[in-house]
Amino acid sequence: MADTELLETPLAGLHRDLGGRMVPFAGYAMPVQYPAGIMAEHLHTRASAGLFDVSHMGQAELIGEGAAAALEKLTPADVQILKPGRQRYGVLMTETGGILDDFMVANRGDRLFLVLNASRKHLDIPAIEAVLPAGVTLRPLPDRALIALQGPGAVPALATLAPAIAAMKFMDFAEHTIAGVPCLVSRSGYTGEDGVEISIPAEQATAVAKALLALPGVLPAGLGARDSLRLEAGLCLYGNDLDETTSPVEANLVWTMGKRRRTAWDFRGADRCRDELDNGPARLRVGIQPEGRQPARGHTPVQAGGAVIGEITSGGFGPSVNAPIAMGYVARGAAADGTALELMVRGKALPARICPLPFAPHRYAR
Amino acid sequence: MAELRFTKDHEWIRLDGDVATIGITDHAQNALGDVVFVDLPEPGRDVTEGEACAVVESVKAASDVYAPVAGKVVETNAALVENPSLINSAPTGEGWFFKIGGVEAATVDALMDEAAYAAFVDTLA
Repeated sequence: MADTELLETPLAGLHRDLGGRMVPFAGYAMPVQYPAGIMAEHLHTRASAGLFDVSHMGQAELIGEGAAAALEKLTPADVQILKPGRQRYGVLMTETGGILDDFMVANRGDRLFLVLNASRKHLDIPAIEAVLPAGVTLRPLPDRALIALQGPGAVPALATLAPAIAAMKFMDFAEHTIAGVPCLVSRSGYTGEDGVEISIPAEQATAVAKALLALPGVLPAGLGARDSLRLEAGLCLYGNDLDETTSPVEANLVWTMGKRRRTAWDFRGADRCRDELDNGPARLRVGIQPEGRQPARGHTPVQAGGAVIGEITSGGFGPSVNAPIAMGYVARGAAADGTALELMVRGKALPARICPLPFAPHRYAR
Repeated sequence: MAELRFTKDHEWIRLDGDVATIGITDHAQNALGDVVFVDLPEPGRDVTEGEACAVVESVKAASDVYAPVAGKVVETNAALVENPSLINSAPTGEGWFFKIGGVEAATVDALMDEAAYAAFVDTLA
């Protein structure tokens, strides 16, 4: 069985104890859901708090004088302006202006802390190492777990264990002791809700996770709910909505490109981004609202007036909006909100419209 | 009421006269998770054994439902359009999908009985 070749996270035993249904994801055995089910886990996260194991993601630190400038060779994000104790979202670029990965970078004062996608870390790490000058070192942190605690009840519950976390703002990053364990905490997530992501030494991860699950209002949630939550929040999933062919301009991620970076154009793949900002990209990532109840999944062809103008990249059912939702890429000329579309699902044209993102409003602690 | 028979694609079938009622098994609904939409065949459609003729969509994914036997679709479960979660709550009752007419008893009898299906499901774990 292929299952024996799958990697496990430090919380694998806890997932089994909680009745998690394990599926292969990016080379790891991960819980897609617990007995409550995706719908209940999704709705509970929006109403209270969900605990997600995201330890499959790559964690690393970049150490040495000039680390931020070195990373900027690969990303259009302004990393040098990032203050200590702050984090931001960005993309890593390919030579041809596509997206190698999307990632988080935090300034820890004496080093940068990175979170990379599980499915891409094996490519990101050599790409970053290749641009480092002497004296800057990339150190992968495979011995750390990563837990996301998400939802309006997440920080109030967590603050009973670590009161100072309540004072953090969205995208703040700090070390806090939780249940006696020193952790790296960022006030961020992948659900559109308030919440935190917590990096924990692997051997203490289960104890911390159990302490969090013991808090009132906290229930475990799996990858299924994580996916429906992020889609409602209009957040991209690498491999679906972003890949080496999509540019940050097409992906509507221009906001991740620093103003200074858009003047200097001194990052990998900048030529394509500059041309697309000057002349408009061929296609754009948009929200798509199918009419009726039928979901349209990834790879569904998108038509307007009978002509194919794009493709859905993520689609499914949004439990909180109680309707099918999708996003995808369409030709720039057809990307205006309200444009009527036909989604070709199993040979039938399903009516839909371009709509603003997100489907569920963000509720960050700004 | 006639006993249920089962397929390896996790449909159940119950024959009354020459009309067979078809749905998906408790094992199937549990594996799919929360059902949010069902696409049912048009009444009057002739289906062959093993033909994909309905689609069931959960939050996570879409799955085909196959005709366990050949015949003509005579009725579909209108209640599922408004309330597809009946497939989760009552998979072998109110959560039925469609009925096929003109079915010969021998073709249904040839399918797995409950014990054989339970043994088959055990092999999947």
